[in-house]
This record gives sequence, C-alpha cells and structure tokens, in this order.
Amino acid sequence: MTSTTTTDRAPAPARTRTTARPRRGRRRLGSDTAPRPGMLYVLPAALFFGMFAIVPLVLVVVLSFTSWPGFGDPQFVGLDNWQRLTGDQRVINATRTTLLLTVLGWATQTPVSIAIGVWASGPQRNRAVLSSIFFLPLLLSSAAIALMYHRYLDPNFGLAKDLGPLIGFPDGNILGTRHGALGVLVFVGMWQWIPFHSLLYQAAARVIPQMLYDAARIDGASRWDMFWRITIPQLRHTIVTSSVIMVVGSLITFETVLLLTAGGPGTATQVLPYLMYRSGFFEFQMGYASAVATVLVVLGTTVSLVIVRFSGFAKMRSTLEGL
Amino acid sequence: MTAGATTTARPAPRRTTERPNWLAGVVATGWLVIIAVPILTMIGWSVTSEEDFLSFGPLAPPRDITFENFASVFELGFLRYFWNTLVVTVGSIVIALVIAVPAAYAIVRSNSWLASASFRAFLLGLAIPAQAVIIPLYLVITELGLFDTLIAVILPTVAFSLPLVILILSGALRDVPRDMYEAMTVDGAGSFRMLVNLVIPMSRGSISAVGIFVGLTAWNSFIFPLIFLRSEENRVVTLGLQQFRQEFGINMPGLMAAVLLSAVPVFLLYLFARRWLISGLAGVGGK
Repeated sequence: MTSTTTTDRAPAPARTRTTARPRRGRRRLGSDTAPRPGMLYVLPAALFFGMFAIVPLVLVVVLSFTSWPGFGDPQFVGLDNWQRLTGDQRVINATRTTLLLTVLGWATQTPVSIAIGVWASGPQRNRAVLSSIFFLPLLLSSAAIALMYHRYLDPNFGLAKDLGPLIGFPDGNILGTRHGALGVLVFVGMWQWIPFHSLLYQAAARVIPQMLYDAARIDGASRWDMFWRITIPQLRHTIVTSSVIMVVGSLITFETVLLLTAGGPGTATQVLPYLMYRSGFFEFQMGYASAVATVLVVLGTTVSLVIVRFSGFAKMRSTLEGL
Repeated sequence: MTAGATTTARPAPRRTTERPNWLAGVVATGWLVIIAVPILTMIGWSVTSEEDFLSFGPLAPPRDITFENFASVFELGFLRYFWNTLVVTVGSIVIALVIAVPAAYAIVRSNSWLASASFRAFLLGLAIPAQAVIIPLYLVITELGLFDTLIAVILPTVAFSLPLVILILSGALRDVPRDMYEAMTVDGAGSFRMLVNLVIPMSRGSISAVGIFVGLTAWNSFIFPLIFLRSEENRVVTLGLQQFRQEFGINMPGLMAAVLLSAVPVFLLYLFARRWLISGLAGVGGK
C-alpha cells in the first residue's frame, strides 16, 4: 500500500487505498473488496417469513394447549387436548391411514419414476415426444386432478360404471369401498406425482458419466447389472431428495382426499390433515385441531430426518468417487 | 442433482452401441396410456353436449363437437374466478421476487448476522408444511383484518415459497464472479447498484425459474383460498371448480370443460416457455 501503487491507478487513488486495506481482514468472505449489502436487504424477507411461517409454527404448539372455537380468545386448558388425542380412535386410525398411504405412495411412485426418468434420459428418437406427454399432469392443479377423477369414478355416469366391473367392482362404486377408495388415492397420487419425480431422475441420470457404462460394458456387464451397479448408486442422492419430497408431500395430502373421497367411505380415508381440517373448521375445535397439526409437523420432520440420516446423505460422499 | 435448468437442456449422452431397451420401452408405453387416456377423455367429454353424453355414455368418442360447455362455464362466472387467481398469482410473484432477490443477495454477500441467521431459518422452513400451520395462520390473518381478501392468500403463499426460492436464488448468486463486483467497485458502485446492474442481470434465468415456481404454487393453491376466502366475488379458480361440481351436478361435460379451462394458462406457458416452466418445476427438487 505504498503511494506509488495509488498514483499508478490515477483515476481514484483514494478509493484504492481505503478499499484495499480491509482486504486481508475479510479474507473469509472472499477476496473482493466490493461494498457489502447490509441487513436491510434481508429484513423484509426475514420479517415476512417470521410472521407467516415461524410465528404460526410456534402458535400451533401454543394453540394445542387451548380451547378455541375459531373466534374470541383462545382459553388455556392445559393438557386436555393432548389427553383426548392419545385416546382418540379417530386420530389413531387417521395416523395409520396416513402412514399406509405414504408407504404405498412411495413404494409405487419411486420405481416407476426411476424407470421413466432413466428411460427418458436415453437417446431414443421418440423420447422427446413421449416425455412431453408424460409431463402433462403437471399442468393441472391438485384440485383439478381430484375433480377430474371424481367425475370418472362416478358410479352412475362416469367411467367407473363401465370399467369398474373389469377390476372387480360390479356396481362400479369403487369409491364406496375401503380398498377401492385407498387404491384410487394411491393411483391418483401416482398419476399426479410420477411426472415430477421422473423429471428429477431424468435430470440426474443425464449427468451420470458415460465412461462408467463404457467401462462396465468392456467388463461384459449386462444391462441389468449396469442398472443396479451404476445407475442406482449414481442416483442415490436424487433418490433421497425425491423420497423426502414424496413422503412429506404424501403426509400432508389434503385436497385430493377432500375432493375425491371426503374421508370416506365412513372414515376409511380420513388422513391426519383432513381430520385436522374437519375438527378445526367443521367442529370448531381449533385447539384440538392444533394438537393434530402438531403431530403432523413432528411426523413430517422426523420422517424426513430419518430418511436423510439413514440413507447416508449427510455424509455427502461424492458420486464421482473412483473416477 | 444440479439445477434442472442446465441438465434438461443438455443433449442426451450418446449410447449408440446399445440394443434397444425393451423392458423400459414397455413400461414407458404402458405409462403413456395411463397418462394420455384420462386427458384425452377429459378433452372428449368437454366438447360433447350433455345430451350426447347421456345417450352414448362416457366411453363414446365425441360425435358433434360443441363448445356449449365452455360457454356455460363462463356464464357461471368463471372469468371472475380467473381474474382473482390472476391477481393472486401476479401479486405473489411480484412480492416474492421483490423481497427474495435482495435477501438472497444479502445472504451470499452480506456479513450481517441477520443474513446468516435468516438463511438457517429458511433452511429449517423447507420442512414446514403449510397445511399443518393453517390454524395459527387463520388466527394471524383474522387478527390482521385480512380475512376474505385476496391479500390473505397472497401473503402466506409468498411466505411458504420463500425457503425454496431463496435457496435456489442464493445458489445462483454464488456463481456471480467476484471480479465483477470488484470491477463495479472501481466504477464507484454501491451495493444497491450492484444488485440492480450486476446481480439481477446475471441471474435472470434463475429469477424467472423461481418466478414460475411461485406463480404455479399460487395458481394451484387450494387450502389457503379454502380457509381464508369466503365471499363469491373473491373466489379463485380452484375453489370455483369445487363449486362447479355442485352447480353442474350430473353435467359431467360441464365440469370437464371447467377443469380444462383452469389449466389453459399453464398450458400456454408450457407451449411457449417450456424450458422455463420445466426449470421452474425441477428447481423445486433439483437442489
């Protein structure tokens, strides 16, 4: 920082001197000397998020210790809601149904998504056309998809009247049976979400280094071997990401249940979010509904943490190791 | 697992020496049928008159193509719902970008404690499901006096898209080379001018992708309108569809026309800005 260097850069000598000095001290932030934005830039986003996400997250726990019909002030009732919740058969059933649908959803969507994604990343000539058709369900909202299937499944006027007998529902009333309604929710989940997840797998499969396959082929590996020993291990981070999205998404499925089965027949498809909605906005027991919601938050966070932990994702090993 | 934006645009690697993969082909063809049949049926029903539908049944292909179903959807006030959804969508995109871009810039470049604390909060926020906090949100919205206004839908929609939007944007902003900040410093630019003249132009692709992501979330949102809106004049398209189901009753073609119409704007986006739409969607899980 001698005077010679500053005079060399004639136009702004003062700036060179003042901005050059903190350079060493701030090395951890990077090597440039440009002015840094202040906290004002992040403040609106932080306030916004605090107000509409963090505060409600805390409030949901607080409200679970109150009695609140949705108007007036919530009254603290201690552990009442929680005591009721642990003995409530509806909650136990809803938790079982939610977990069942989540497991079935994951087990049906993941293999098909991987198969379609890996196939779509290949070089087939018809791939682009088919991929653009596979993509179409993503253009429809959950509500639109649920209503479309609700009409198809109408036992009097829909497709179910003609197609139901072929799959073991002679009266076409697929939504009227427990297994039928659960099966429909699994199927609609596949129809709606596989396009998205296969997009993830397609993007991931495209960046698998071709030399891995070339080397395997020289060693005489079959396509089946290559799929299990190269493609699947290379996709493992995507499998974790996709599974977390799938499982958390499935735990909070609400629109599809509300519009397609309304929890029925009976309570066969009452999942936790639907139960929460009913007790909150129909039975006006917002405090109790908040307890159900708290269970949902805990369940979602736990499940995603467990997946991330046990799949070794946290170790962050490079997928390119050995190259 | 890098951004879907770059990977989807890449030409597929060449594997010319392989035999065709029959198994995958069969799965793909089967899946094609499963995807295409409901969509084709929906289109078929929507252009069939109610009388034809009742007399020839749900499996018959349309005979006389008619647009009367679409007309009756509009008569039932669809345009009003459409307008409301548009307000919610545009409002959400604008607010989300106006607050998220500077926030991502600060998270990447600022040395204030608030920036790093917010980033951790946003990461945590990725796991908060909107459905699960709907009851306290209802309390917040009513306390703010926003119940039954479109703003009541916009604000939480923005808040719940912020974690992912900021994650994607800050990832993109890290790619802006340091030399360019340095160069602008020499020109005497402050941090705000850097945001406007350097950061925003350099990350235009990611900004449009997250904009589309927010827009789709707002366009398709159901639970926020369901809980926070009441009057008919504020009804959005997704709620309108639910209403149409009752109004149309057994008029199946009418409802299908409404479902189809609700997807038209997204479909246009798909036709004319496909890559943006896909990166907006894939960005959701690509990071």
